[in-house]
Amino acid sequence: MSSFQLRDAFLPHDGYRLLPFRFLQIDGGRKLLVNDTGESHFLANADFADFVEGRLDVYRDTYLDLKAKHFLFDSGSLAPFELLVAKYRTMKSFLSGFARLHIFVATLRCEHSCHYCQVSRVSSDRSRYDMSAESASRALDLVFQCPATGLKIEIQGGEPLLNFPRIRQIVTEAEERARGAGKDIEFVVTTNLACIDDEMLAFFEEHGVFISTSLDGPADLHNANRPRPGGDSHARTIDGIRRVRERLGNDRVAALMTTTRRSLSRGRDVVDEYLARGFSSIFLRPLSPFGFAAKTSQTTGYTVDEFLEFYFETLDYIVKVNASGTYLAETYAQILLRRIFTSFPTGYVDLQSPAGAGIGAVVFNYDGDVYASDESRMLAEMGDHSFRLGNVHTDRYGDIFGGPVVRRIVESSVIESIPGCCDCAFQPFCGSDPVFNYATQGDLVGHQPGSEFHRKNFAIIKHLLLQYDEDAAARRVFRSWIGDR
Amino acid sequence: MRLHARGLPQGFAETRIGQVVTTPVSGDRSDFILYSRSEPSDCRGYLAVITPVPQPVVCAAAPVVWGVHGLDYLVDGDVIAVDPTGFVRTLYRRSSRHNFILATEQCNSYCLMCSQPPRQMDDFSRLADHFRVIDLIDPATEDLGITGGEPTLYGDRFLELIAHCKQRLPNTALHVLTNGRLFFYRRFAERLSQVAHPDLILGIPLYSDVDFEHDFIVQARGAFEQTVIGMLNLDLHDVSVEIRIVLHRQTVRRLTKLAAMIARNFPFAFHVALMGLEPFGFVHRNVDVLWMDAAEYRDELSETVSILSAAGLPVSIYNHQLCTLNVDLWPFARKSISDWKNVYLDECEGCTVRDDCGGFFQSATRLHNKIAPIT
Repeated sequence: MSSFQLRDAFLPHDGYRLLPFRFLQIDGGRKLLVNDTGESHFLANADFADFVEGRLDVYRDTYLDLKAKHFLFDSGSLAPFELLVAKYRTMKSFLSGFARLHIFVATLRCEHSCHYCQVSRVSSDRSRYDMSAESASRALDLVFQCPATGLKIEIQGGEPLLNFPRIRQIVTEAEERARGAGKDIEFVVTTNLACIDDEMLAFFEEHGVFISTSLDGPADLHNANRPRPGGDSHARTIDGIRRVRERLGNDRVAALMTTTRRSLSRGRDVVDEYLARGFSSIFLRPLSPFGFAAKTSQTTGYTVDEFLEFYFETLDYIVKVNASGTYLAETYAQILLRRIFTSFPTGYVDLQSPAGAGIGAVVFNYDGDVYASDESRMLAEMGDHSFRLGNVHTDRYGDIFGGPVVRRIVESSVIESIPGCCDCAFQPFCGSDPVFNYATQGDLVGHQPGSEFHRKNFAIIKHLLLQYDEDAAARRVFRSWIGDR
Repeated sequence: MRLHARGLPQGFAETRIGQVVTTPVSGDRSDFILYSRSEPSDCRGYLAVITPVPQPVVCAAAPVVWGVHGLDYLVDGDVIAVDPTGFVRTLYRRSSRHNFILATEQCNSYCLMCSQPPRQMDDFSRLADHFRVIDLIDPATEDLGITGGEPTLYGDRFLELIAHCKQRLPNTALHVLTNGRLFFYRRFAERLSQVAHPDLILGIPLYSDVDFEHDFIVQARGAFEQTVIGMLNLDLHDVSVEIRIVLHRQTVRRLTKLAAMIARNFPFAFHVALMGLEPFGFVHRNVDVLWMDAAEYRDELSETVSILSAAGLPVSIYNHQLCTLNVDLWPFARKSISDWKNVYLDECEGCTVRDDCGGFFQSATRLHNKIAPIT
């Protein structure tokens, strides 16, 4: 190597300095360090002490690891700062499109009477509970004032198929306006599929509409959770899924499950049902603590700890299923893993900072009222209109989206400044739900140690980090979920 | 296959670059070099004439190189240069997907494993030749490479070179191999972006997640800093960047960590290429520091691809024989060795996956991975 310089000639010799990070004693022997851009690193307690006291040897791999992940810097180089800036900008890029998810409540009516449902009404009173053509049209006026180039419209209810003319109107009008405005637009209809017919299928096919449905597990569990006249919800949902796939294609329908007290001992059965129906993802969702769900919580509800036990058991089973060769992603873990191991935001509005309510998503209720989130309009159904942003008939875009309610939500949900969150190592992976805080604790900022939101997310994030670190089989599975596009 | 040959010159004053014709053409012959397998009868108007005929040729109308052997592969439309010394260089072959322009032999790095060691000489005058080659290349060409040395050392004239490709070869994908260091200067990245080439990718090497490791490998202090910020600047201006990693003892050591660093910091990369060491140039001088049999790093390579794939990054593995890779990596392995320097070993006879395998560099008979033919 005569004309070449040795490695030592390139080493820094002026010591190093720390870059900002948060940390946590993650187990007996190790700290977990996380910086503002979500880079994380496990460090033995003794190494941690060496590191923070400036004694870490440049010849150790740990030194290089911490340098590469931007926990320390050691020369006049600008690169660490430029990279941190780029990563931070990427992580927060969800802000640039503003509220691009527009939820339309086409009707509040539903033929199901699910125990956990927050808002639906079994009623034939169309004039009272259906969204009018005029309200839909006014709402679309607002949709097309959104600065994002890619818009998403989700039509839900109640059971939106009970007001199919409104779906037809929203989709065709939005398509036409999107063409004129040069915007991309995608549509999701959230439906129980019980009353889907060929005309609807043809329309969804023609307009590339994506279907999101509910499947709570095998027939007995699903039907117990989701009563309807005839007790045939499961059979109708399964038949609907089959018809949607035949007509629109396999990838055009996804399903969500809601966990009730009955589900807690049935995790495997639920997963097996999803596998039997050929799904490639499952979302293990806890009950929302609102609406009717709150009232029936003795029979339907459970504690956070009970949910977590169910979640981890079921997740373990899902990981085993994947490891033996069948792909099935658990959506919540997938969202968190992407937050933990990539620089990209996930688009999941319920776990971001500031919160997505009003700036990532907005709800146009059947009566023309505009709400910051699904939970906000559920709260309104219970008589609390705190998160009503305005009405499509009387208010302008700027008044709705720049008004005092949205401002309060944003101000109260920057977790970088929330007591308890601001010091938490998991902060870059997490988010805030001010509407939840308000509903459960009477305050938008909330008290984290007593918050179910905090307990749930802290436990799941910690579990995923440790499992990814310690379990090679799980790590491979998790990577397949992270990389799945 | 050799891309150059030597014959004996007659009637030359300067280098001539032209399109090969193997049969006489009528009309304007001033862009053509006649490749005549027998004594040429009509040389008038050609830029030059080359022929394997073993004695001087009667031809006063054009410069001639006679006694040229080994260029039988030339067909009409190929582009060659003929020097006054009798040296003939093949610059472009219509039938190849591996055409490239060696922009300059100068470089601002001095990589331990450089396969094309840089030379300290002012060769910037070759740019005119490059423009001429681009003018003569078939516009239907799908891919063209620009390599070096470090092509961006031309500065503004590098931008002109790209602009010229855009103008003359608008349907040709352009792949520039550069260390990216000069894009540290944001304005340079911006101006490249303004050229608006419709199908341009810059292949930029990144050898470590840590600056001093990378700087050691490329033997240039501050190179990591410039390359990394250069890549950010290019992304900012929407220029596609491919990250290229040459695998050897110095890069394998932190390879999986480099993958994680790329996933985090450069998720915008168009493609990540993981490349086996080409046994040329400096490699032989630094063989003790560099050489590592592919079998020794096969598991690291699997882990690396897994990390990059999870980040949604498209990955390819170049210059590796299938039997040196874990089976999970076979879908990522490309037959990448340029057609003109690609061989197989005797041991490869009877291997069941030989046809899908990239094989070896022609010069690898001296230094190559241990192989275990798949039967």
